[in-house]
Amino acid sequence: MIELRNVSKTFTLHNQGSAVINVLAHVDLDVRPGECVALTGSSGAGKSTLMRMIYGNYMARSGVIRVGGVDLVQAEPREIIRIRRETLGYVSQFLRVVPRVPTLQVVAEPLRAIGAPPDRAEAQARDLLTRLNIPRRLWSLSPTTFSGGEQQRVNIARGFVHPYPALLLDEPTASLDPENRDIVLGLIETAKQRGAAIVGIFHDTDARNRVCDREIDVGRFTPEQAA
Amino acid sequence: MTPLLSVQGMTRSYGNHLGCSDVSFDLYPGEVMGIVGESGSGKSTLLNCLAGHLTPDAGSVIYDTRGHGPRDTVTMSEPERRMLGRTDWAFVHQRASDGLRMGVSAGGNVGERLMAIGNRHYGDIRGHAIDWLDRVEIDAGRIDDRPVTFSGGMQQRLQIARNLVTGPRLVFMDEPTGGLDVSVQARLLDLLRGLVRDMGLSAIIVTHDLAVVRLLADRLMVMKSGRVVEHGLTDRVLDDPQHAYTQLLVSSVLQV
Ligand SMILES: Nc1ncnc2c1ncn2[C@@H]1O[C@H](COP(=O)(O)OP(=O)(O)OP(=O)(O)O)[C@@H](O)[C@H]1O
Ligand SMILES: [Mg+2]
Repeated sequence: MIELRNVSKTFTLHNQGSAVINVLAHVDLDVRPGECVALTGSSGAGKSTLMRMIYGNYMARSGVIRVGGVDLVQAEPREIIRIRRETLGYVSQFLRVVPRVPTLQVVAEPLRAIGAPPDRAEAQARDLLTRLNIPRRLWSLSPTTFSGGEQQRVNIARGFVHPYPALLLDEPTASLDPENRDIVLGLIETAKQRGAAIVGIFHDTDARNRVCDREIDVGRFTPEQAA
Repeated sequence: MTPLLSVQGMTRSYGNHLGCSDVSFDLYPGEVMGIVGESGSGKSTLLNCLAGHLTPDAGSVIYDTRGHGPRDTVTMSEPERRMLGRTDWAFVHQRASDGLRMGVSAGGNVGERLMAIGNRHYGDIRGHAIDWLDRVEIDAGRIDDRPVTFSGGMQQRLQIARNLVTGPRLVFMDEPTGGLDVSVQARLLDLLRGLVRDMGLSAIIVTHDLAVVRLLADRLMVMKSGRVVEHGLTDRVLDDPQHAYTQLLVSSVLQV
Protein backbone atom coordinates (compact mmCIF):
# COMPACT_ATOMS: atom_id res chain seq x y z
CA MET A 1 0.00 0.00 0.00
CA ILE A 2 2.87 2.31 0.90
CA GLU A 3 6.03 1.64 -1.06
CA LEU A 4 9.31 3.59 -1.04
CA ARG A 5 12.24 2.87 -3.34
CA ASN A 6 15.65 4.47 -3.05
CA VAL A 7 14.25 7.70 -1.60
CA SER A 8 16.64 10.45 -0.56
CA LYS A 9 16.21 13.86 1.01
CA THR A 10 18.45 16.90 1.09
CA PHE A 11 17.73 20.38 2.34
CA THR A 12 19.61 23.26 0.74
CA LEU A 13 19.43 26.43 2.79
CA HIS A 14 20.06 29.04 0.12
CA ASN A 15 20.00 31.96 2.49
CA GLN A 16 22.34 30.42 5.04
CA GLY A 17 25.47 30.08 2.95
CA SER A 18 23.76 27.42 0.79
CA ALA A 19 24.25 24.90 3.59
CA VAL A 20 23.32 21.42 2.43
CA ILE A 21 21.78 18.99 4.92
CA ASN A 22 21.74 15.39 3.74
CA VAL A 23 19.06 13.85 5.89
CA LEU A 24 18.12 10.56 4.26
CA ALA A 25 19.43 8.33 1.47
CA HIS A 26 18.50 4.96 -0.03
CA VAL A 27 15.24 4.60 1.86
CA ASP A 28 13.31 1.45 0.98
CA LEU A 29 10.10 0.72 2.81
CA ASP A 30 6.99 -1.39 2.23
CA VAL A 31 3.90 -1.27 4.36
CA ARG A 32 1.18 -3.78 3.59
CA PRO A 33 -2.53 -3.46 4.33
CA GLY A 34 -3.22 -4.24 7.99
CA GLU A 35 0.35 -3.58 9.01
CA CYS A 36 1.70 -0.88 11.33
CA VAL A 37 5.35 0.09 10.96
CA ALA A 38 7.07 2.27 13.56
CA LEU A 39 9.75 4.76 12.58
CA THR A 40 12.39 4.98 15.29
CA GLY A 41 15.71 6.75 15.67
CA SER A 42 17.23 9.59 17.59
CA SER A 43 15.90 13.12 17.51
CA GLY A 44 16.78 14.73 14.21
CA ALA A 45 17.31 11.38 12.50
CA GLY A 46 14.61 12.25 9.99
CA LYS A 47 11.48 10.41 11.18
CA SER A 48 9.15 13.33 10.63
CA THR A 49 10.94 14.24 7.40
CA LEU A 50 10.32 10.75 6.04
CA MET A 51 6.68 10.87 7.07
CA ARG A 52 6.19 14.28 5.47
CA MET A 53 7.68 12.99 2.23
CA ILE A 54 5.20 10.12 2.20
CA TYR A 55 2.45 12.74 2.59
CA GLY A 56 3.86 14.81 -0.29
CA ASN A 57 4.51 17.68 2.08
CA TYR A 58 8.29 17.52 1.62
CA MET A 59 9.86 17.01 -1.76
CA ALA A 60 11.98 13.89 -2.16
CA ARG A 61 15.26 14.57 -3.90
CA SER A 62 15.07 11.26 -5.73
CA GLY A 63 13.34 7.92 -5.63
CA VAL A 64 9.79 6.66 -5.80
CA ILE A 65 7.09 7.01 -3.13
CA ARG A 66 4.01 5.06 -4.13
CA VAL A 67 0.80 5.26 -2.14
CA GLY A 68 -2.19 3.36 -3.51
CA GLY A 69 -0.36 3.02 -6.81
CA VAL A 70 0.45 6.72 -7.35
CA ASP A 71 4.04 7.99 -7.24
CA LEU A 72 3.81 11.10 -5.06
CA VAL A 73 7.29 12.24 -6.11
CA GLN A 74 6.13 12.78 -9.69
CA ALA A 75 2.43 13.48 -9.11
CA GLU A 76 0.70 16.74 -10.00
CA PRO A 77 -0.71 18.71 -7.05
CA ARG A 78 -4.26 17.70 -7.92
CA GLU A 79 -3.34 14.01 -7.84
CA ILE A 80 -1.68 14.41 -4.44
CA ILE A 81 -4.78 16.18 -3.19
CA ARG A 82 -6.97 13.36 -4.46
CA ILE A 83 -4.78 10.72 -2.78
CA ARG A 84 -4.92 12.70 0.48
CA ARG A 85 -8.68 12.98 0.25
CA GLU A 86 -9.40 9.37 -0.58
CA THR A 87 -6.47 7.20 0.42
CA LEU A 88 -3.92 8.76 2.74
CA GLY A 89 -4.71 10.20 6.16
CA TYR A 90 -2.19 12.08 8.28
CA VAL A 91 -2.38 12.88 11.97
CA SER A 92 0.26 15.54 12.41
CA GLN A 93 1.69 16.54 15.77
CA PHE A 94 -0.11 19.84 15.74
CA LEU A 95 -3.60 20.74 14.70
CA ARG A 96 -3.89 23.34 11.98
CA VAL A 97 -7.39 24.60 11.32
CA VAL A 98 -9.31 27.42 9.73
CA PRO A 99 -10.20 29.99 12.38
CA ARG A 100 -13.88 30.16 13.33
CA VAL A 101 -14.78 26.65 12.15
CA PRO A 102 -16.49 24.61 14.93
CA THR A 103 -14.85 21.39 16.10
CA LEU A 104 -17.70 19.22 14.79
CA GLN A 105 -17.17 20.63 11.28
CA VAL A 106 -13.39 20.29 11.56
CA VAL A 107 -13.82 16.59 12.25
CA ALA A 108 -16.58 16.08 9.67
CA GLU A 109 -14.61 17.84 6.93
CA PRO A 110 -12.69 14.84 5.54
CA LEU A 111 -16.02 13.10 4.94
CA ARG A 112 -17.58 16.20 3.39
CA ALA A 113 -14.55 16.41 1.09
CA ILE A 114 -15.33 12.99 -0.39
CA GLY A 115 -18.94 14.00 -0.89
CA ALA A 116 -20.66 12.52 2.18
CA PRO A 117 -23.96 14.21 3.04
CA PRO A 118 -23.64 16.68 5.95
CA ASP A 119 -25.84 14.73 8.38
CA ARG A 120 -23.96 11.47 7.92
CA ALA A 121 -20.57 13.24 8.15
CA GLU A 122 -21.66 14.99 11.34
CA ALA A 123 -23.08 11.83 12.87
CA GLN A 124 -19.75 10.09 12.39
CA ALA A 125 -17.85 13.10 13.70
CA ARG A 126 -20.06 13.11 16.82
CA ASP A 127 -19.43 9.44 17.34
CA LEU A 128 -15.64 9.88 17.25
CA LEU A 129 -15.65 12.98 19.42
CA THR A 130 -17.71 11.05 21.97
CA ARG A 131 -15.34 8.10 21.88
CA LEU A 132 -12.37 10.42 22.34
CA ASN A 133 -13.99 12.09 25.36
CA ILE A 134 -14.22 15.58 23.91
CA PRO A 135 -16.99 17.19 26.01
CA ARG A 136 -20.10 17.91 23.98
CA ARG A 137 -20.10 21.58 25.03
CA LEU A 138 -16.85 22.08 23.07
CA TRP A 139 -18.17 20.70 19.77
CA SER A 140 -19.61 24.00 18.59
CA LEU A 141 -16.41 25.90 19.39
CA SER A 142 -13.31 26.31 17.28
CA PRO A 143 -10.52 24.02 18.58
CA THR A 144 -7.99 26.87 18.39
CA THR A 145 -8.41 27.60 22.11
CA PHE A 146 -8.43 23.95 23.26
CA SER A 147 -5.76 22.38 25.47
CA GLY A 148 -2.89 20.47 23.85
CA GLY A 149 -4.43 17.09 24.58
CA GLU A 150 -7.87 18.17 23.37
CA GLN A 151 -6.41 19.52 20.13
CA GLN A 152 -4.54 16.30 19.63
CA ARG A 153 -7.71 14.27 20.06
CA VAL A 154 -9.56 16.52 17.59
CA ASN A 155 -6.70 15.89 15.18
CA ILE A 156 -7.00 12.16 15.74
CA ALA A 157 -10.77 12.25 15.26
CA ARG A 158 -10.19 13.99 11.92
CA GLY A 159 -7.68 11.35 10.90
CA PHE A 160 -9.97 8.41 11.77
CA VAL A 161 -13.36 9.74 10.62
CA HIS A 162 -12.75 8.44 7.11
CA PRO A 163 -11.46 4.84 6.79
CA TYR A 164 -8.28 5.76 4.90
CA PRO A 165 -6.51 2.73 3.41
CA ALA A 166 -3.19 4.31 4.46
CA LEU A 167 -2.47 6.35 7.59
CA LEU A 168 0.49 8.37 8.88
CA LEU A 169 0.61 9.07 12.62
CA ASP A 170 3.19 11.46 14.08
CA GLU A 171 3.22 10.86 17.84
CA PRO A 172 -0.54 10.42 18.15
CA THR A 173 -0.42 9.66 21.88
CA ALA A 174 2.17 12.23 22.94
CA SER A 175 0.11 14.53 25.18
CA LEU A 176 -2.67 12.16 26.27
CA ASP A 177 -3.60 10.80 29.68
CA PRO A 178 -3.58 6.97 30.07
CA GLU A 179 -7.31 6.57 29.45
CA ASN A 180 -7.32 8.56 26.21
CA ARG A 181 -4.06 6.98 25.12
CA ASP A 182 -5.72 3.61 25.45
CA ILE A 183 -8.68 4.75 23.35
CA VAL A 184 -6.38 6.03 20.60
CA LEU A 185 -4.40 2.78 20.56
CA GLY A 186 -7.74 0.98 20.25
CA LEU A 187 -8.61 3.10 17.20
CA ILE A 188 -5.28 2.19 15.64
CA GLU A 189 -5.89 -1.51 16.27
CA THR A 190 -9.35 -1.26 14.69
CA ALA A 191 -7.89 0.53 11.66
CA LYS A 192 -5.36 -2.29 11.25
CA GLN A 193 -8.11 -4.89 11.45
CA ARG A 194 -10.00 -3.22 8.62
CA GLY A 195 -6.79 -3.34 6.57
CA ALA A 196 -5.20 0.09 6.92
CA ALA A 197 -1.47 0.33 6.20
CA ILE A 198 -0.01 2.53 8.96
CA VAL A 199 3.29 4.30 9.49
CA GLY A 200 3.71 5.74 12.98
CA ILE A 201 6.16 7.62 15.17
CA PHE A 202 5.73 6.73 18.85
CA HIS A 203 8.10 7.89 21.53
CA ASP A 204 6.10 5.83 24.00
CA THR A 205 7.65 2.34 23.82
CA ASP A 206 4.66 0.53 25.34
CA ALA A 207 2.34 2.09 22.80
CA ARG A 208 4.70 1.13 20.03
CA ASN A 209 4.95 -2.45 21.21
CA ARG A 210 1.22 -2.74 21.46
CA VAL A 211 0.24 -1.56 17.96
CA CYS A 212 3.32 -1.87 15.74
CA ASP A 213 4.34 -5.02 13.87
CA ARG A 214 7.83 -3.83 12.92
CA GLU A 215 10.29 -1.06 13.67
CA ILE A 216 12.45 0.75 11.16
CA ASP A 217 15.39 2.69 12.58
CA VAL A 218 15.57 5.74 10.36
CA GLY A 219 19.18 6.21 11.49
CA ARG A 220 20.19 3.50 9.08
CA PHE A 221 19.22 5.80 6.21
CA THR A 222 21.49 8.61 7.39
CA PRO A 223 23.86 9.23 4.49
CA GLU A 224 27.63 9.08 4.82
CA GLN A 225 28.64 12.70 5.25
CA ALA A 226 31.13 13.88 2.65
CA ALA A 227 34.14 15.34 4.45
CA MET B 1 -9.38 15.78 -18.32
CA THR B 2 -9.39 19.10 -20.23
CA PRO B 3 -7.93 22.00 -18.24
CA LEU B 4 -10.43 24.76 -17.55
CA LEU B 5 -7.73 27.27 -18.29
CA SER B 6 -4.48 26.70 -20.13
CA VAL B 7 -2.02 29.57 -20.08
CA GLN B 8 1.00 29.63 -22.36
CA GLY B 9 3.87 32.07 -22.51
CA MET B 10 2.00 34.95 -20.93
CA THR B 11 4.21 38.03 -21.28
CA ARG B 12 3.48 41.70 -20.69
CA SER B 13 5.84 44.60 -20.18
CA TYR B 14 5.31 48.29 -19.55
CA GLY B 15 7.77 50.08 -21.81
CA ASN B 16 11.08 48.57 -20.83
CA HIS B 17 9.77 47.63 -17.41
CA LEU B 18 8.80 43.97 -17.21
CA GLY B 19 5.34 43.05 -15.88
CA CYS B 20 5.33 39.29 -16.28
CA SER B 21 7.34 37.06 -18.51
CA ASP B 22 6.68 33.69 -20.10
CA VAL B 23 4.21 32.37 -17.52
CA SER B 24 2.59 29.03 -18.36
CA PHE B 25 0.30 26.74 -16.38
CA ASP B 26 -2.86 24.65 -16.60
CA LEU B 27 -5.73 25.05 -14.15
CA TYR B 28 -8.15 22.15 -13.80
CA PRO B 29 -11.83 22.30 -12.82
CA GLY B 30 -12.20 22.78 -9.07
CA GLU B 31 -8.58 23.80 -8.53
CA VAL B 32 -7.61 26.89 -6.57
CA MET B 33 -4.24 28.37 -7.40
CA GLY B 34 -2.47 31.03 -5.38
CA ILE B 35 0.08 33.47 -6.77
CA VAL B 36 2.46 35.02 -4.25
CA GLY B 37 5.49 37.27 -4.50
CA GLU B 38 6.68 40.66 -3.32
CA SER B 39 4.90 43.77 -4.54
CA GLY B 40 5.98 44.62 -8.05
CA SER B 41 6.71 40.99 -8.88
CA GLY B 42 4.05 40.98 -11.58
CA LYS B 43 1.23 39.15 -9.82
CA SER B 44 -1.51 41.63 -10.61
CA THR B 45 -0.23 42.21 -14.15
CA LEU B 46 -0.50 38.49 -14.76
CA LEU B 47 -3.97 38.29 -13.23
CA ASN B 48 -5.21 41.20 -15.32
CA CYS B 49 -3.81 39.63 -18.49
CA LEU B 50 -5.53 36.34 -17.66
CA ALA B 51 -8.84 38.03 -16.94
CA GLY B 52 -8.72 40.07 -20.14
CA HIS B 53 -8.33 43.46 -18.42
CA LEU B 54 -4.89 43.91 -19.98
CA THR B 55 -3.71 42.84 -23.41
CA PRO B 56 -0.62 40.63 -23.19
CA ASP B 57 2.37 41.24 -25.50
CA ALA B 58 2.57 37.52 -26.14
CA GLY B 59 0.95 34.31 -25.02
CA SER B 60 -2.40 32.62 -25.03
CA VAL B 61 -5.16 32.00 -22.48
CA ILE B 62 -7.17 29.00 -23.60
CA TYR B 63 -10.46 28.72 -21.71
CA ASP B 64 -12.76 25.72 -21.94
CA THR B 65 -15.99 27.59 -22.70
CA ARG B 66 -19.36 26.03 -21.94
CA GLY B 67 -20.70 26.37 -25.46
CA HIS B 68 -17.72 26.02 -27.76
CA GLY B 69 -14.98 24.16 -25.87
CA PRO B 70 -11.42 25.52 -25.59
CA ARG B 71 -11.05 29.06 -27.00
CA ASP B 72 -8.20 31.56 -26.85
CA THR B 73 -9.60 34.50 -24.92
CA VAL B 74 -6.75 36.77 -26.01
CA THR B 75 -7.83 36.63 -29.64
CA MET B 76 -11.60 36.30 -29.22
CA SER B 77 -13.74 39.35 -29.98
CA GLU B 78 -14.19 42.02 -27.34
CA PRO B 79 -17.97 41.39 -26.93
CA GLU B 80 -17.35 37.66 -26.47
CA ARG B 81 -14.71 38.34 -23.85
CA ARG B 82 -16.98 40.79 -22.08
CA MET B 83 -19.75 38.20 -22.04
CA LEU B 84 -17.40 35.68 -20.42
CA GLY B 85 -16.48 38.29 -17.83
CA ARG B 86 -20.14 38.76 -16.98
CA THR B 87 -21.21 35.14 -16.87
CA ASP B 88 -18.64 32.40 -16.50
CA TRP B 89 -15.87 34.46 -14.93
CA ALA B 90 -15.79 36.61 -11.86
CA PHE B 91 -13.23 39.12 -10.65
CA VAL B 92 -12.93 40.10 -7.00
CA HIS B 93 -10.95 43.31 -6.61
CA GLN B 94 -8.82 44.23 -3.63
CA ARG B 95 -10.79 47.42 -3.15
CA ALA B 96 -14.48 46.64 -3.03
CA SER B 97 -15.19 50.07 -4.54
CA ASP B 98 -13.51 48.89 -7.77
CA GLY B 99 -15.84 45.93 -8.01
CA LEU B 100 -19.09 47.46 -6.75
CA ARG B 101 -21.30 50.28 -7.90
CA MET B 102 -21.16 52.41 -4.81
CA GLY B 103 -24.19 54.51 -5.69
CA VAL B 104 -26.50 51.53 -6.22
CA SER B 105 -28.25 49.55 -3.46
CA ALA B 106 -26.80 46.25 -2.24
CA GLY B 107 -29.66 44.38 -3.91
CA GLY B 108 -29.07 46.35 -7.12
CA ASN B 109 -25.40 45.43 -7.08
CA VAL B 110 -26.25 41.76 -6.95
CA GLY B 111 -29.20 41.99 -9.34
CA GLU B 112 -27.28 43.92 -11.96
CA ARG B 113 -25.18 40.94 -12.99
CA LEU B 114 -28.32 38.84 -13.35
CA MET B 115 -29.93 41.48 -15.56
CA ALA B 116 -26.75 41.62 -17.64
CA ILE B 117 -27.28 37.99 -18.58
CA GLY B 118 -30.88 38.57 -19.54
CA ASN B 119 -32.82 37.98 -16.36
CA ARG B 120 -35.78 40.39 -16.44
CA HIS B 121 -38.11 39.08 -13.77
CA TYR B 122 -37.98 41.57 -10.88
CA GLY B 123 -39.23 39.12 -8.26
CA ASP B 124 -36.71 36.47 -9.28
CA ILE B 125 -33.87 38.93 -9.22
CA ARG B 126 -34.80 40.23 -5.80
CA GLY B 127 -35.20 36.67 -4.55
CA HIS B 128 -31.72 35.75 -5.81
CA ALA B 129 -30.27 38.90 -4.28
CA ILE B 130 -31.78 38.12 -0.87
CA ASP B 131 -30.51 34.55 -1.10
CA TRP B 132 -27.00 35.73 -1.93
CA LEU B 133 -26.89 38.40 0.75
CA ASP B 134 -27.77 35.64 3.18
CA ARG B 135 -25.03 33.37 1.83
CA VAL B 136 -22.43 36.06 2.37
CA GLU B 137 -23.85 36.79 5.82
CA ILE B 138 -25.34 40.21 5.09
CA ASP B 139 -28.67 40.86 6.80
CA ALA B 140 -31.47 40.92 4.20
CA GLY B 141 -32.72 44.09 5.90
CA ARG B 142 -29.80 45.93 4.32
CA ILE B 143 -30.85 45.10 0.75
CA ASP B 144 -31.88 48.65 -0.10
CA ASP B 145 -28.85 50.31 1.52
CA ARG B 146 -25.98 51.48 -0.60
CA PRO B 147 -22.55 49.85 -0.03
CA VAL B 148 -21.08 53.19 1.08
CA THR B 149 -22.92 52.59 4.36
CA PHE B 150 -21.25 49.16 4.80
CA SER B 151 -18.06 48.26 6.66
CA GLY B 152 -15.02 47.15 4.64
CA GLY B 153 -15.66 43.48 5.36
CA MET B 154 -19.34 43.77 4.38
CA GLN B 155 -18.42 45.55 1.15
CA GLN B 156 -16.03 42.77 0.30
CA ARG B 157 -18.69 40.14 1.00
CA LEU B 158 -21.14 42.08 -1.17
CA GLN B 159 -18.59 42.15 -3.96
CA ILE B 160 -18.31 38.38 -3.68
CA ALA B 161 -22.10 37.98 -3.83
CA ARG B 162 -22.29 40.24 -6.90
CA ASN B 163 -19.63 38.13 -8.58
CA LEU B 164 -20.93 34.70 -7.73
CA VAL B 165 -24.65 35.21 -8.35
CA THR B 166 -24.30 34.26 -12.02
CA GLY B 167 -22.75 30.90 -11.09
CA PRO B 168 -19.31 31.47 -12.66
CA ARG B 169 -16.84 28.62 -13.04
CA LEU B 170 -13.67 30.67 -12.70
CA VAL B 171 -12.98 33.40 -10.16
CA PHE B 172 -10.02 35.77 -10.24
CA MET B 173 -9.19 37.41 -6.94
CA ASP B 174 -6.69 40.17 -6.35
CA GLU B 175 -5.80 40.44 -2.66
CA PRO B 176 -9.37 39.61 -1.57
CA THR B 177 -8.56 40.10 2.11
CA GLY B 178 -6.12 42.98 1.71
CA GLY B 179 -6.81 46.02 3.85
CA LEU B 180 -9.20 44.20 6.19
CA ASP B 181 -8.37 43.62 9.81
CA VAL B 182 -7.47 40.12 10.90
CA SER B 183 -10.76 38.98 12.43
CA VAL B 184 -12.67 40.22 9.39
CA GLN B 185 -10.19 38.41 7.15
CA ALA B 186 -10.75 35.12 8.96
CA ARG B 187 -14.50 35.37 8.44
CA LEU B 188 -14.04 36.18 4.76
CA LEU B 189 -11.61 33.32 4.25
CA ASP B 190 -13.97 30.91 5.91
CA LEU B 191 -16.77 32.14 3.65
CA LEU B 192 -14.65 31.87 0.51
CA ARG B 193 -13.54 28.37 1.40
CA GLY B 194 -17.12 27.21 1.84
CA LEU B 195 -18.25 28.81 -1.43
CA VAL B 196 -15.34 27.36 -3.39
CA ARG B 197 -16.11 23.89 -2.06
CA ASP B 198 -19.89 24.02 -2.38
CA MET B 199 -19.92 25.58 -5.87
CA GLY B 200 -16.92 23.58 -7.11
CA LEU B 201 -15.27 26.82 -8.24
CA SER B 202 -11.88 27.16 -9.83
CA ALA B 203 -9.99 30.22 -8.69
CA ILE B 204 -6.77 32.14 -9.08
CA ILE B 205 -5.90 34.21 -6.05
CA VAL B 206 -3.18 36.83 -5.98
CA THR B 207 -2.02 37.77 -2.51
CA HIS B 208 1.08 38.54 -0.53
CA ASP B 209 -0.42 36.84 2.52
CA LEU B 210 0.91 33.30 2.88
CA ALA B 211 -1.74 32.43 5.47
CA VAL B 212 -4.43 33.15 2.89
CA VAL B 213 -2.96 30.75 0.33
CA ARG B 214 -2.32 28.13 3.01
CA LEU B 215 -6.06 28.10 3.71
CA LEU B 216 -7.50 28.58 0.24
CA ALA B 217 -5.11 27.40 -2.43
CA ASP B 218 -4.43 23.84 -3.58
CA ARG B 219 -1.34 24.93 -5.41
CA LEU B 220 0.97 27.85 -5.36
CA MET B 221 3.01 29.81 -7.86
CA VAL B 222 5.81 32.02 -6.56
CA MET B 223 6.78 35.02 -8.67
CA LYS B 224 9.84 37.20 -8.59
CA SER B 225 10.66 39.96 -11.07
CA GLY B 226 7.91 38.90 -13.43
CA ARG B 227 8.90 35.26 -13.57
CA VAL B 228 7.68 32.09 -11.89
CA VAL B 229 10.49 30.79 -9.66
CA GLU B 230 8.62 27.94 -7.98
CA HIS B 231 5.33 26.14 -8.45
CA GLY B 232 3.72 23.20 -6.63
CA LEU B 233 1.36 21.88 -3.99
CA THR B 234 0.76 24.75 -1.56
CA ASP B 235 1.90 23.12 1.67
CA ARG B 236 4.92 21.63 -0.07
CA VAL B 237 6.04 25.03 -1.37
CA LEU B 238 5.51 26.66 2.03
CA ASP B 239 7.00 23.89 4.19
CA ASP B 240 9.84 22.75 1.93
CA PRO B 241 10.61 25.67 -0.37
CA GLN B 242 13.26 24.88 -2.98
CA HIS B 243 14.09 28.26 -4.49
CA ALA B 244 16.20 30.84 -2.61
CA TYR B 245 13.51 33.48 -3.06
CA THR B 246 10.71 31.25 -1.71
CA GLN B 247 12.88 30.36 1.27
CA LEU B 248 13.36 34.04 1.97
CA LEU B 249 9.65 34.74 1.59
CA VAL B 250 8.65 31.91 3.94
CA SER B 251 11.29 32.67 6.57
CA SER B 252 10.33 36.35 6.64
CA VAL B 253 6.93 35.64 8.16
CA LEU B 254 6.45 34.39 11.67
CA GLN B 255 4.36 31.24 11.35
CA VAL B 256 1.88 30.33 8.69
N1 LIG C 1 11.77 22.22 6.42
C1 LIG C 1 13.04 21.95 6.76
N2 LIG C 1 14.04 22.73 6.29
C2 LIG C 1 15.32 22.47 6.60
N3 LIG C 1 15.72 21.44 7.38
C3 LIG C 1 14.78 20.62 7.87
C4 LIG C 1 13.39 20.84 7.61
N4 LIG C 1 12.68 19.87 8.25
C5 LIG C 1 13.57 19.09 8.89
N5 LIG C 1 14.84 19.53 8.67
C6 LIG C 1 16.07 18.91 9.17
O1 LIG C 1 16.04 17.52 8.89
C7 LIG C 1 16.61 16.76 9.99
C8 LIG C 1 15.60 15.70 10.45
O2 LIG C 1 14.52 16.33 11.14
P1 LIG C 1 13.20 15.57 11.59
O3 LIG C 1 12.25 16.58 12.11
O4 LIG C 1 12.74 14.72 10.48
O5 LIG C 1 13.73 14.65 12.78
P2 LIG C 1 12.93 13.63 13.71
O6 LIG C 1 13.60 12.32 13.57
O7 LIG C 1 11.49 13.69 13.45
O8 LIG C 1 13.27 14.24 15.16
P3 LIG C 1 12.37 14.33 16.52
O9 LIG C 1 12.44 12.97 17.12
O10 LIG C 1 13.12 15.34 17.32
O11 LIG C 1 11.02 14.76 16.14
C9 LIG C 1 16.98 17.79 11.05
O12 LIG C 1 18.36 18.09 10.89
C10 LIG C 1 16.14 19.00 10.68
O13 LIG C 1 16.77 20.19 11.10
MG1 LIG D 1 9.70 14.50 14.59
